[in-house]
Amino acid sequence: MKLNIPASPLVYDTELKDIPRKTLRDLYRVMLRIQKVELKVDELYHEDEMKTPVHLCLGQEAIAAGVCSNLNTEDYVFTNHRGHGHYIAKGGDIKKMVAELYNRETGCSRGRGGSMHLIDVAAGLLGSSSIVAGNIPIATGAALASAIRKDKRVAVTFFGDAAVEEGVIYESVNFAMLKKLPVIFVCENNLYSVFSGLSKRQAHGDIYRRFTGLDIPGIRIDGNNVVDVYRTAKEAVARARKGEGPTFLECQTYRLRDHHGTASGADVGYRSQEEVDAWASRCPVKNFERFLLKQKLITPNNIKELSGAIDAEIKVAFQFAQASPLPKEGEVANYLFK
Amino acid sequence: MDWSKTLVKEEINFEGNQEGRKLSYAAAIKEGLELAMTNDERVFVMGQGVDDPVGMFGVTNGLQEKYGEDRVFDTPLSENGLTGVAVGAALAGMRPFYMHNRPDFLLLTMDQIVNHAAKWNYMFGGCSTGVPLVIWACVGRGWGGAAQHTQTLQGLFMHIPGLRLVMPTTPYDAKGLLITAIAEQNPVIIMEHRWLFKQSGHVPEGLYSIPFGRGVVRRQGKDITIVAISHMVVETMAAVPELEKQGIDVEIIDPRTLKPLDEALILESVKKTGRLVVADTGWKTGGVGAEIAALVAEKALKFLKSPVQRIGSLDIPTPSSSVLETKFYPGKANVVTACLEAMGRV
Repeated sequence: MKLNIPASPLVYDTELKDIPRKTLRDLYRVMLRIQKVELKVDELYHEDEMKTPVHLCLGQEAIAAGVCSNLNTEDYVFTNHRGHGHYIAKGGDIKKMVAELYNRETGCSRGRGGSMHLIDVAAGLLGSSSIVAGNIPIATGAALASAIRKDKRVAVTFFGDAAVEEGVIYESVNFAMLKKLPVIFVCENNLYSVFSGLSKRQAHGDIYRRFTGLDIPGIRIDGNNVVDVYRTAKEAVARARKGEGPTFLECQTYRLRDHHGTASGADVGYRSQEEVDAWASRCPVKNFERFLLKQKLITPNNIKELSGAIDAEIKVAFQFAQASPLPKEGEVANYLFK
Repeated sequence: MDWSKTLVKEEINFEGNQEGRKLSYAAAIKEGLELAMTNDERVFVMGQGVDDPVGMFGVTNGLQEKYGEDRVFDTPLSENGLTGVAVGAALAGMRPFYMHNRPDFLLLTMDQIVNHAAKWNYMFGGCSTGVPLVIWACVGRGWGGAAQHTQTLQGLFMHIPGLRLVMPTTPYDAKGLLITAIAEQNPVIIMEHRWLFKQSGHVPEGLYSIPFGRGVVRRQGKDITIVAISHMVVETMAAVPELEKQGIDVEIIDPRTLKPLDEALILESVKKTGRLVVADTGWKTGGVGAEIAALVAEKALKFLKSPVQRIGSLDIPTPSSSVLETKFYPGKANVVTACLEAMGRV
C-alpha cells in the first residue's frame, strides 16, 4: 500500500505582521468551532438519530476558516457534500445546521436536504451540491451575476480532488477566465475519493497546474496551515474584487474520517493507521493552538474561555435540534417550487 | 413591486382576436424578450450564437446592440457548465435566458438541469433564493437533419419534478408564455419547434402573460378529443377538412404547457366526446402521449367509448433520407388514421 504521508511538518511563519492579532485568534476560533461541532456529530452519530450520511471535515478545518475569513457576508459560497465547515466558517447558523442533521423542520433546509444540502442565504451560503463538481459552475454563475451588476461580490466554490476529474470544471474555469469573473476555485485535495486514492484516478498529481493552459493562476498550499490558506486566499479575493479574474487554489489536506461516517478507514484497508496517524499529528487546529501559545498570541485562559463558550453554544444547538419537530408528513410535497 | 407581479393576468381569447396586428413567430418571441429585458435589468440572454448574423432563428437579432455585451452574449460550447453558470446567476438574483439551437444539446446539460436547477428549491426546503432560469431550445426538424439535430425531448423533461415545461404553438402564445417564463421564479424549459416559425398571427403589443397550466381549445367538436402538442397542433388542424369529409367532428386541445398540464380541460373534453387521440412530436414509448393517455385512464376511463390512440414519432433515431423521414415523422395522415381507429372505422 502506498503511504501518502506529508514530507514536511506543519510549520508556521513567525513573521505575522501582516495579520492582526485579532484575525489570528478568529482563525483559531472558527477552526475550533468547526472541529468541536464535527466531534460532537462524530460522538453522537452512532445513536442513529441523525438519519443522514455525514461527511465530516475533521482535519480540513483550516481551509474553510482561512478562505472564509477573507469574505464579507454578501460574498457567495457554494459547497459540496463535505460542507459543514464551510457553512460554519461563512457564518451559517449552527442551530439550523444541527437541526438539519437531525432531519427537523427547523433545519436550514427544513429537513428536506440533510447533511449534504446546507444553505444559509442570509450568511451568503447559497447552497451545496452532492454531485461532485456540481457547485463549481454555479459559483461561477454567481460571480457572473456580480460581474454584470459590478457589485464586487466574490464567489467561492469548495470542492474535493475528484472534482477536477469532471469535465464541468474545465468548462467553468474556461468561462471564468474568458469573462475574468470574481470566483475562487478552492480544491481541498484530501487524497481520496471514497476509497480510491488520487494516483488511481489522475494521470498527474499536480492539481494546481491542471488549468495552466487557460492562464489561471494556480497555487498549491499546505491546506492544514491556516496562515498560508488565509494569506493566499486574501490575495485571491483582492484580485477578484479588483476585476482581475479567478484564482485556482489547491489546498493539500487529509480527511481524518472515512468518506462518510465516523470510522478512520484504517481497519478496512484502503489506507493505513500509520498514514492516518501521521496526518492526525498535522491537525490544523491543535498545531495552530500550540503555535499561538508559543508566540504568546493567546493565553491558556483565553483558550479555556473560548472553548467553554463554544461547548455551550454546541450544547444549545444540539438541544434545539433534538427538541425540534420533524416535518409534517402531509407537507412532503411542499417547496417543489418557489 | 416586482414587474412580473403587475403583468396582465387575464388571458386574451386567441380564437376571437385575429383582428389586430399580425407578427411572425420569430418577431413575437423577440418582442417578448425585448419587453422583458427593458422592464427588468436582471434579465440577460446567453447562448451559442445569440449575437451572430442568424440571431437564433431571427429571435435575437440586434439585441446585443440594444442591451450591451453584458446582457446579451455568446457562450462557449460548454452546455453543462454554462447551464450551471445560469443557475448560479439566477441564485444570485439575475434572470438568465439561455438559448440553444437544438434540444439535442440539452442532453449535455442534464446534470445541471435535473440534479441542480430542478431540485434546488425542494432540497433546501424552500429556503433558497429560487432559480428563475429559462432554457429555450428549438426543435431542429429540417431536411435530413438526422438523429442528433432533430430530437423532440419533451418526454424526458416532463418526467422531472421541479421543472416547468412550455411548448407554444402560436405567435401569441410564444410571446405570452415567454413573458410568463421570464417572470417565473423557477426553472422553465421552453421547447419551440422550427416549423412553427412559418406561422404568423395576432400578437398584442406590450406585456401580457399567459398563465402556465392553462390549455386552449383550438377547435370545438363532439366526437373525439385530440390533445395535440406543439407542431402537431398544426398537423391536426390541417387534418380537419379530411375529417369533416368523413363526418368526424373533432375537438382539438393545445395544452401549451406540459408542466403544469391542464388536466381539467383534457378530462372535461374526454367526458364530452368519449374518445381520445394524443398527437405528440416525440417518441411514443414513455412519452407525453403515454402520460396523457394514463391520465385519462386513471381519471376518465368510464367515459371512453374506444381505446386511446397515440400518435408520435417511431421509436427509432431520426433517419436522414427524406423517404425514411416521411415515415418517421407523424403528420396529418396519422391524425386521420388515428381518428378513424378511434371511431371504429378501420
